[in-house]
Amino acid sequence: MKSLKKRYLRDNLMKVFLVGNTIVVLTPLIIILLYVFIQGIGAINIDLFTQELGSPSRAMTGRPTGLVHTIIGTFVVDILALIIAVPFGLGAGIMLSEYPDNKLNPIMRVMNDTLNGMPAVLKGLLAWALVVKPMGSFSGLSGGVALAFVMLPIIARSTESSLMNIPWSIREAGLAIGLPRWRVIMSIVIPASKSGLATGLLIAFARAAGEAAPLMFTSFGNNYKSSTLIGWIMGPVDTLPQRLYSLAISPYAQWHQLGWAAGILLLSFVILSFIIVRIVIREKNY
Amino acid sequence: MEQNYTKEHATKELLTKNRSILYRSFGDRLFSYSVFGLGITVILCTVLMALVLYGDGAEAIKKFGFFGFLTGRVWDPGITMEFGAYPFILGTLITSLAALAISFIPAISVAIFTAEYSPRWLSSIIDNLVNLIAAVPSVIIGLWGIFIFAPWMRDTFYTHIYMWFLDHYPTMLPIVGNPIGYGMTTAILILAMMIIPYTTVITVDAVKKVPKEQREAAYALGATKWEVIRMAVLPYARGGILAGVMLSFGRAIGETMAVAMLIGNRNNLPFSILGPASTMPSVIVNEFREAVENIHLSSIIAVGFYLFIISLIVNLIAAYIQRKFSLTGARTI
Amino acid sequence: MGYPITQKVENNFPQSGVRSKIIDHMTLRLETKKLSVIYGTIYGIKDVSLPIYDKKVTALIGPSGCGKTTFLRSLNRMHDLTRNTLIKGNVYLNGEDIYAPKVDPVMVRRRLGMVFQKPTPFPTMSVYDNVIAGLKLVGIKNKLILDEAVEKSLRHAALWDEVKDRLSSPGGSLSGGQQQRLSIARALAVEPEVLLMDEPTSSLDPQSTSRIEELIDTLKKKVTIVIVTHNMQQAARVSDFTAFFYLGSIVEHNTTSKMFTVPENKRTEDYMTGKFG
Repeated sequence: MKSLKKRYLRDNLMKVFLVGNTIVVLTPLIIILLYVFIQGIGAINIDLFTQELGSPSRAMTGRPTGLVHTIIGTFVVDILALIIAVPFGLGAGIMLSEYPDNKLNPIMRVMNDTLNGMPAVLKGLLAWALVVKPMGSFSGLSGGVALAFVMLPIIARSTESSLMNIPWSIREAGLAIGLPRWRVIMSIVIPASKSGLATGLLIAFARAAGEAAPLMFTSFGNNYKSSTLIGWIMGPVDTLPQRLYSLAISPYAQWHQLGWAAGILLLSFVILSFIIVRIVIREKNY
Repeated sequence: MEQNYTKEHATKELLTKNRSILYRSFGDRLFSYSVFGLGITVILCTVLMALVLYGDGAEAIKKFGFFGFLTGRVWDPGITMEFGAYPFILGTLITSLAALAISFIPAISVAIFTAEYSPRWLSSIIDNLVNLIAAVPSVIIGLWGIFIFAPWMRDTFYTHIYMWFLDHYPTMLPIVGNPIGYGMTTAILILAMMIIPYTTVITVDAVKKVPKEQREAAYALGATKWEVIRMAVLPYARGGILAGVMLSFGRAIGETMAVAMLIGNRNNLPFSILGPASTMPSVIVNEFREAVENIHLSSIIAVGFYLFIISLIVNLIAAYIQRKFSLTGARTI
Repeated sequence: MGYPITQKVENNFPQSGVRSKIIDHMTLRLETKKLSVIYGTIYGIKDVSLPIYDKKVTALIGPSGCGKTTFLRSLNRMHDLTRNTLIKGNVYLNGEDIYAPKVDPVMVRRRLGMVFQKPTPFPTMSVYDNVIAGLKLVGIKNKLILDEAVEKSLRHAALWDEVKDRLSSPGGSLSGGQQQRLSIARALAVEPEVLLMDEPTSSLDPQSTSRIEELIDTLKKKVTIVIVTHNMQQAARVSDFTAFFYLGSIVEHNTTSKMFTVPENKRTEDYMTGKFG
């Protein structure tokens, strides 16, 4: 017989073990966040938002350098991606939640999760083959397509779950007053779940905004601003995560500083969207 | 409020608008076809990915053979133009399996602690923190790794380990590898750090889904808290936990930027414990932009094709586990 | 039912302290004195005093939300598991206060088995492992002892004949009624002094329900049973004593035959005749 004392000893040992593990796990994760903020804050200045990066010699000789083209580029590419991904993602989400009898739905769910789990670098290769190769040049558009592959499964899933949250009785009420099904979906179900849909889009946007791997060989990167609007879309464009990578592996100390600056910009954006998402979700729950 | 608005709105629409062709069954059919057409891309994307990667990698796969490329140990874009994916497959499997092994118990521990032990305010802090960290882009982790973690590991551990082996077992040095800081061990540790939040988040979910009755039944038998977790909670949640581990494994396999920044990028065997190595995603990112020769480019894409297959298998297994356990879970309770 | 005592119990039983001689002959197994359970600021039950006699079935009835389950769960200190719950008063098991500071809730729960509303076999464990789950906790590893305990408990729970050939199949694979009897067998395996049953048949079909009721009838030869039920007929069929709860207090407590034939309290009568609840 095991004595109660022994069992409690074991109980307490496990508690200590779990607490210890939690501390060991969380400490480095907190350190990462703190480091990026501490290092990044020091690297932030007005030039960052007004100047281009230019060639390495520009930074070496102490002339002002910044990431204005990167910040604009990130928005251009990510918004392109959103525009491309939203119709498909919404379509898939509507299909999954509003047509539950569809035979393809189980396969679609599995394939959607699979697509979501695919390495982002492969999505970059796909966009390269579909857009860059035929067009013959790296472009913001191809970056948008690559990120759209990242966003698509996230949007589809979140659309499905937020539409599912609307009770069936509301749909039936709409159908009962003689509205066709599409009208019920478009003017009753979707408006009723708009905060859920918006949250899903924000999650997808934030996730894609942090992806560097798919952009390395699609939007490619650019040290300068594009002079024309079309250049942002059809020519190579700089984006924050990809620029961050290039800066970090570059041999110039000044660029490393810029790398931390890019890091804090990116991290701030991610944290901001995270907080918004959490607040929206919490409000929905109460 | 929203519902009232929309119902009212809908009724008004119905009364004011004339009934066009769109309001008959044609409208519904048109809508459902367009939705299907858009939605089906989710399936097409994955299929397209397989086709494109195979198509563009075909040159290399044909030249070196499906299995020949898989087992080829040489990757030489410089002179011989001979390409084999074996080093990268090996690198990917070693790093992700090791990261999984290291991260498993800590990740589960955090989940159990937050779900079962900690007071609610602390649970919510940890929960938010873990979710936030899961959302941090991998380039940022890589940035920290490259400037802070790798040099620190080198100065605090690697050089001492290396010197110790130099003094005691110099014959082991090729296995230990160069302590430059950027290499296999650093990549594994960073990878483990990165997948812990994923495993934790999914495990917390699985643990929270365990019905209250199961816990109470164990308590009523006179179990201590840990015994309840062992007896009732973990077995019940094992399906979810396993699926979470599988998904985290998938993440580790596909993780690109942080690994590319920290693994040191050595393309040829043999790898060593501390020394540089390479993985499938890291070689794609590193060499794709610089590939000039067609066969080099094709080989890189072929690596992508094999990466696709491995990811596909891992993801399908995860989906299968999730499905199987959620079904039996529903049946038994 | 043939208890001679049932006719002789005094009207003012039990609060007045004037007890019949035959009641004195019965052993008091469990007794609560002025027991209150407070959730935050709300009283779940208030000042409940109830004697529970050895090897008898005591049924707790009353409308939902009246505190009968709260009372049951306070008997084996299940409320210790929920935050912001305060217990006042005493529960005596064989004269020993289970809420005394030095008493360990784990030991208390070991002595009072519990069966829940829904069957709660551990779905991934085999039938065999389910039964011995409680024995394993205290480190009993001897295969002979375990085998014997499994057969004995399953026989007591009237499940042995149905599952003896599939002791190794998972507990989740049994039917609902079998799962509930497995839960009972698991509770019996540790040989508790009292068996607490919280609406044990509410999720079962009529046939399984009657099997459980028959089982209760045989089990009371060995163990004291407290059963919460919302089904008046069930209380009448299986119990020797009945306590009627209303708004967190006991309105009436008496022998079942008396309670169901000549209830003293107007509310009891109204409830039993279906006027509310």
